[in-house]
Amino acid sequence: MSTAAALKVERPKAERRALESVVVRFAGDSGDGVQMTGGQFTEAVAIAGNDLATFPDFPAEIRAPAGTTYGVSAFQINFGGTKIFTAGDAPDVLVALNPAALKVNLGDLRSGGLVITDSSSFNDRNLRKAGFTNNPLKDGSLTKYRIMEIDISKLTLEAVKASGLGQKEGLRCKNMWTLGLVYWLYDRDRQATTDWLNQKFTESPELARANIDAMNAGHAYGETAEISGLEAFQVPAATLAPGTYRNVTGGEALSWGLVAATQLSGLKMFFGSYPITPASSLLHSLAGLRPFGITTFQAEDEISAICSAIGASYAGNIGVTSSSGPGIALKSEALGLAIAVELPLVVINSQRAGPSTGMPTKTDQSDLYQAIWGRNADSPLCVIATRSASDCFEVAIEAVRIALRHMTPVIVLTDGYIANAAEPWLIPDFGKYEKIPVTFHTQVEGFQPFLRDPESLARVWAIPGTPGLEHRIGGIERDYDSGNISYDGANHHRMTMVRADKIAKIADTLPEQKPEVGKSGGRLAVVGWGSTYGPIERAVLNVRERGGDVSHIHIRHLWPLPKNLESLLKSYEQVLVVEMNTGQLRTLLRAEYLIPAEGLNKITGQPFKVADIEAAINARLESKP
Amino acid sequence: MNVVAPTKVLAKDFASDQEVRWCPGCGDYAIVSSVQRTLAELNVAKDKTVFVSGIGCAARFPYYMATYGFHTIHGRAPAVATGVKLANPELDVWVISGDGDSLSIGGNHLLHMLRRNIDLQFLLFNNEIYGLTKGQYSPTSRVGTQSPSTPMGSVEYPIQACSFALGAGAHFVARSVDTMRQHLPEVLKRAHAHKGTSFVEILQNCIVYNDGVYAAVTEKDVAEDAQLHLQHGQPMIFGKAKNRGLRLKPGALELEVVTVGEGGVLISDILVHDETNRMLGMILASLEAPNYPVALGVIYCKPGPTYEASVAVQVAKQAAKFSKLDVNALLRRGHTWTVAP
Repeated sequence: MSTAAALKVERPKAERRALESVVVRFAGDSGDGVQMTGGQFTEAVAIAGNDLATFPDFPAEIRAPAGTTYGVSAFQINFGGTKIFTAGDAPDVLVALNPAALKVNLGDLRSGGLVITDSSSFNDRNLRKAGFTNNPLKDGSLTKYRIMEIDISKLTLEAVKASGLGQKEGLRCKNMWTLGLVYWLYDRDRQATTDWLNQKFTESPELARANIDAMNAGHAYGETAEISGLEAFQVPAATLAPGTYRNVTGGEALSWGLVAATQLSGLKMFFGSYPITPASSLLHSLAGLRPFGITTFQAEDEISAICSAIGASYAGNIGVTSSSGPGIALKSEALGLAIAVELPLVVINSQRAGPSTGMPTKTDQSDLYQAIWGRNADSPLCVIATRSASDCFEVAIEAVRIALRHMTPVIVLTDGYIANAAEPWLIPDFGKYEKIPVTFHTQVEGFQPFLRDPESLARVWAIPGTPGLEHRIGGIERDYDSGNISYDGANHHRMTMVRADKIAKIADTLPEQKPEVGKSGGRLAVVGWGSTYGPIERAVLNVRERGGDVSHIHIRHLWPLPKNLESLLKSYEQVLVVEMNTGQLRTLLRAEYLIPAEGLNKITGQPFKVADIEAAINARLESKP
Repeated sequence: MNVVAPTKVLAKDFASDQEVRWCPGCGDYAIVSSVQRTLAELNVAKDKTVFVSGIGCAARFPYYMATYGFHTIHGRAPAVATGVKLANPELDVWVISGDGDSLSIGGNHLLHMLRRNIDLQFLLFNNEIYGLTKGQYSPTSRVGTQSPSTPMGSVEYPIQACSFALGAGAHFVARSVDTMRQHLPEVLKRAHAHKGTSFVEILQNCIVYNDGVYAAVTEKDVAEDAQLHLQHGQPMIFGKAKNRGLRLKPGALELEVVTVGEGGVLISDILVHDETNRMLGMILASLEAPNYPVALGVIYCKPGPTYEASVAVQVAKQAAKFSKLDVNALLRRGHTWTVAP
C-alpha cells in the first residue's frame, strides 16, 4: 500500500491561500527531464489563465555525469494574476531532485522559501559529488528555508509498479511525480499533461501509464499527506486582453515570423544554417515548415550557410541565415559581400556568452559592436533587436521588410534567453498584416544593376532569368553610373557614401522612439535593448509606483537609430543604460549623441534581477536633488 | 509581312562588353572561348545561365560572359552557387574556380557541393600555382615547386583534383586541357548534359608563374604518348602508333602500360573504359606521367538523384501534413486557450 494512501487525509480546498504571483524553480540532473517538466507546468498555468515568464537554464553538456553540479539543469517560471515581465528574481519554491541541484540553486531562493527534495538522493555518494561535506538536510544549515524531505524515488517506484517498469525506467518518472505535487500545490489541472503523455508515448502505452500514475501519485500525496509546512495556494487568473493565446518561445516565434514574411512578400525563402547552440532551434522549426515556400539548408559550415543564402537572394529568394556570435564572426566576410552587392539578407544572431566558445547555453548581449561595426571596411547594415519571445514574430517580419525595401542585410539580435524562454502570446490575426511589396526589375532600357531608387537609394533587384538584363555583380568596387568594375578613387568615395546614406535613410521609415513607460523629459531614463525589456519594465514600474520620476526607453532599431532618439535622451537629466555586456549600447549612444550615459552592466550569463535595476534607479534618483 | 528567321546564336553573343584583363597568352583565353562556343552550340538561353566564381585569376571569368554572373569571395563559389540553384532550379549554373580557390580556401565547400550532387557544372582551372597573388605554390603544386613562399621548394604533397572529386562522391568527373579546342567543348557538353554536379578539371597553363607545367603532357611531340583519351565502351588505347594500352596487371590491383602485338598482348587484353565504374575511375584519375598517360575525357559518369530533386520529393510529402498552408492556422497549432472579453 502506498504511503500516500496510508496517509489519506482530505484537505478542503478552502484552505488554499491566495497569492498574487509565484516563482517556482525545478532543478535536477540534465537527464532528469527538468526542462520537460517545466514546459508542462508552463502549459498548465497558462491554461489556468495566469500570465507567466519562464527561464530554462541548462548546461552545455548533453548528459554531464549524474549528480555533478555542472550537470544541473533548471527551469524557472514566474506566474501570477498580474502582468508578469520576468521569470522572477528569487524562487519561492525550489524543487531539487538531488544534492547538486540544491547546491547550485539554493543561493537564489528567497528567505523562507520552500525546498522540495528527494531525500533518498541525499546519500553519501551524491553529497560528495555535489561538494557537500555534511548532509545539508541534517546539519542545520538550511534553517532559513522550509525543507520538505520526501522519498520521491521510493514513492515514484511504488506509483509506477502497475505499469511493470523496471527500477531504472521507473525512476525516470520522478519528475512527473514532483510535477504532480506542484500541480497540487498551486491547484493546476493535470489533464493537459495527461493528454500530452498519452500522445508522446502512443507507441509505448506502458510509459504513458507509468508517467501519468507517477504524476497522479505526486498530486495525491499533496492532497492526502498531512505534512507540516506543506501549504496549498491559489493563484488567480490574470486579467489579460481577450483573445486566443498560446505559449511561445523566441525560437518558435522567429520561425513563424519568417514564414509570415514569406507569405506577405509572396517570395520564397531560403534558410541556410549550420548547427550551433542556442540558434539551432530555428533550423529545426523551419525544417518542419518547408511546404510554406521555405528551403532549409543545413550547410557544411557558417560560411556556406550565409553564402548559400546570398546566392539565393541573388536568384530572387529571401536569403536568411542564423547563428550565434562565433558563427556570425565566420560570416563577416560574406556579410561584406552582401553589403557590396546590395542584396537583401536577414542574419539572425542568437547571442550567447563569449568570447570564443564562452558559455554556449548562457545568455548575453555582447554582440552589439559586432553587429554594427564588426566587419572590415566601411560596411554599414541595419541592426534590429527582439525584446521578448512573442516580439520575435514582429521583428522577423520587420527584418524581411527592411531587407527587401532597402536591399540590404539586416542583422536581428536575439539571445539564448529569448530563444528558449516561453511566454503567453495573444495570437495576432495574420490577415491584418500589411503586405511586403516586392518588385523585380524587368525594364531593359537604361538598365544597370546599381540603378537606385531616388528616395531610399535602394538598388534595383534584377534576378537571373530576366531576359535582357544579363549582368555581372561582385565584390570588386563598381562604378556608380554603369555598375561595371571600377578602381577609381573618387568613385569609391561616392560608393562608400551612398552605401552609408542608404542605411541612414532607413531611419526615415522608422516610428519615433517613445518611452515604454513614463514621459519624455524628467530625472532619469533607463535605456535598454533586447531581452532586458522585462526586468527594466518591471523595475521602472515598481519605482514609479513609489513616485519615482523614471522612464523606460527600449530600443528596437539599433542601427540606424530612430531619428528622435537624440532629442528624447537629451530631455532627461540622467541616462542609465542597462545591458548584459560591458556597455556596448552606452558607447554607441555616447559616440552618436555626446551624452554622459551611464551603465548598469552584468555579464553572468543570467538575466538581470528586477531588484538590481531598482537599486540602480534608486541610487540615481537619490544622488541628485 | 516578312518572317524573320531566328538568328543563329554565335559564340561571340556570349562575350560581354568588358575588356579581358588576363595576361597575354594565359590559358584562360582559350577556355573562355571554348565555353562561349559550347554555349552557342548548345543554344542555351543567356538569361537562364549564371556563372558564379570565387577569387583568383579564373574567378574573373563571369565578367567576360554575356550571361548572369556573380563574382563572389575566395573559395565560396560552390556555396553561393548552391543557393542560386536551390532558389531557382530552372537556372543553368556554372561555377568557375581555380586550384587555390577550390582546393585550398574553398576545399570544404567543394567537398560538400560534390557529395550533395547539386545540378550544376563546376570547372576547375588547374594551373598548379597562385597567379593573382603573384606566384606562390598551390595545393596542386608538385613537391619541390619553387615560389616566393617556398624559395627552397615546396614540401607538401599535392592534391589530385579528380581523385579528390571522386573521393568526395562526385557523380561526374572529367578532365581536359585549356588549349584543346575540340576536346574541351565536347567534355563541357557532356558535363552540361549530366544531371547533378559535373566536375571538370581543366589543365591550364599560367604563362607568367608556372609556364610549361603541363608541357610533358600537352606538347605536340609527346601528347599522343602522354594522353589517354577515354571513350566509354572503347579499349583504352593511346600512343603515336595507337598500339599502347592499359591492362590490369595479372595478380595485382594495378594498371600496366602494354603494347598490343608485343609479348603476346592482344587488343582483347586491353581494358575497356567503363565510365560507370567508380573503382576504375579512381585508378584512371590518379594516373600520372611519366609512368602512365594522363587520362582525359569523362573519367566517371554515373548519375544519381540530385539534392534538389530529393528535397522536392520530401517537401511534397511534408505538404500533405498540412491541411492548408495558412499562417493563422499555423499560429494556432497545439495548445491554445481563449480569454473571454
